[in-house]
Amino acid sequence: MIRLKRFLQYLFLTIVSIISVFPIYWMAVSATNKSIDVIRGKLVFGTYFLENWKNLFTVSAVGKAMLNSFKYAIVLTILALFVCSLAGYGFEIFHDKGKDAVMSIILLAMMVPFAATMIPLFQMFSKAKLLNTTIGFILPTISTPFLIMLFRQSARSFPHDIIEAARIDGLSEMGIFLRMFFPTMRSTYAAAMTITFMNAWNSYLWPKVVMQDANSITMPMLVANLTEGYITDYGMLMLAVLLCTIPTVIIFFILQKSFAEGITGAVK
Amino acid sequence: MNQSKKKMKLDRRHNLVGWAFLTPAVILIVIMSFIPMVKALLLSFQTGIGNKLKWAGTLNYVRMFQDTVFMQALKNNFVYLIIQVPIMLVFALVLASMLNNKNLRFKGLFRTAIFLPCATSLVSYAIIFRSLFAVDGFINMILIKLGILETGYNFLVNPTSARIVVILALIWRWTGYNMVFYLSGLQNIEYSVYEAAKIDGASVFQSFWRITVPLLKPTILLTAIMSTNGTLQLFDESVNLTKGGPANATLTMSHYIYNTSFKYVPNFGYSAAMSYLILILVAVLAFIQLKVGDKRD
Repeated sequence: MIRLKRFLQYLFLTIVSIISVFPIYWMAVSATNKSIDVIRGKLVFGTYFLENWKNLFTVSAVGKAMLNSFKYAIVLTILALFVCSLAGYGFEIFHDKGKDAVMSIILLAMMVPFAATMIPLFQMFSKAKLLNTTIGFILPTISTPFLIMLFRQSARSFPHDIIEAARIDGLSEMGIFLRMFFPTMRSTYAAAMTITFMNAWNSYLWPKVVMQDANSITMPMLVANLTEGYITDYGMLMLAVLLCTIPTVIIFFILQKSFAEGITGAVK
Repeated sequence: MNQSKKKMKLDRRHNLVGWAFLTPAVILIVIMSFIPMVKALLLSFQTGIGNKLKWAGTLNYVRMFQDTVFMQALKNNFVYLIIQVPIMLVFALVLASMLNNKNLRFKGLFRTAIFLPCATSLVSYAIIFRSLFAVDGFINMILIKLGILETGYNFLVNPTSARIVVILALIWRWTGYNMVFYLSGLQNIEYSVYEAAKIDGASVFQSFWRITVPLLKPTILLTAIMSTNGTLQLFDESVNLTKGGPANATLTMSHYIYNTSFKYVPNFGYSAAMSYLILILVAVLAFIQLKVGDKRD
């Protein structure tokens, strides 16, 4: 009875795992196969990868989109991590009634749906001539309540003795933040980096609004555009999807452990 | 005397440094969230094409409830909310409590596999599902081979099956994400509690309902609010998986708002009014969830 139960549990988890992984596996396999083989249901890696690659680079500006996506995501991640960790640290280490009140107002921004700010943002950005610029892409999401909260939470576990000792040693407040807080909070930074990079890389609605020029296209936009045609070349399409997925999957695998740790800190 | 004066001076300095540290982030949130929010509210009482706007009172709000497409979109969002969110959260909770078992082997492997869908972008997975469920797609091929279907069935042309595909896709993408939150929450529960319950003769279901669910309540509340919030704002799936079709049966509110502001003749006032309905719904539902969450104590 117990053995049967245990067997059923493993069976269930295995089936769920297979269902979770299968669409991604199918996408990767299809990227190496001819469209007609994809339709026939071929489930092993093929030899059509280079053809798909050539086709994709001929019909779309995939190189440009990759470069753009990397540029926007990296710049945004660096700025967001700096601005939000500085604020989270400030809110916690120097906390008083005033700052706590500001924090709770900021948390309200978490509930604001993007659709509600999208149109005024678009109007503001087009007036400020920020359409189709890196700044236009990154500005709305540099500072997010979620990241500030994450860093505030982790600053709670940062020992005050270290700060006092550093002050006596004559280190400036900024110096303490950069040289003490930053190196000790590596797992929080890793979690924040994973979340921010993935969100930036994957974002779609805002880029669709603000990046209307063909030169500033991002990977998700490019992939979406590929489905506009009447006939779908599945091999080529899945190669584009694969290229759009590889960076986030790599980040995910490198930072998976610290991501879980960082989230654990936030949930507590 | 002198010492305390010095200390006060230092405290004030620290206070100022604190404000300096959080100023950039706060200013950005004010400019990028709060000011646009107020502007959208003002916009929602205006009407016109593009940037030529005039005051219109509550016209947009009245129009919204007579707009059959928007009402359809509102309904669609609620169909997803009522069907998909509970299934996904229960499923995530069950998986998390299974993976929390200390004696389970291959735990890391299962966890990574189930969490992996989160690494795909929303556009990517929407297109993968669109391709898998296409008339000439993989799912149809399997169904034909198994003899269940004779010819390919166009899942995305029938309203019900199109919605089911969207719901399946959403469950696939987000279950692992919620599971990670539950796994983190479960780490705060002493494992010995489960062992004690087992010795007392509690069944797996009993310890699930009596221990796991009550102790994880704050986390469950958090995920419920996050999922509600996310579901009311669905956009990428509607655009890329079903293109809102067939006949708007899967169109979401955000998708329609995007269309009325950037695809059709732009009517920013009307779009802003519709976006405010999402804002109100998000706020009201979060409030209800918090109230219900508190009550059970």
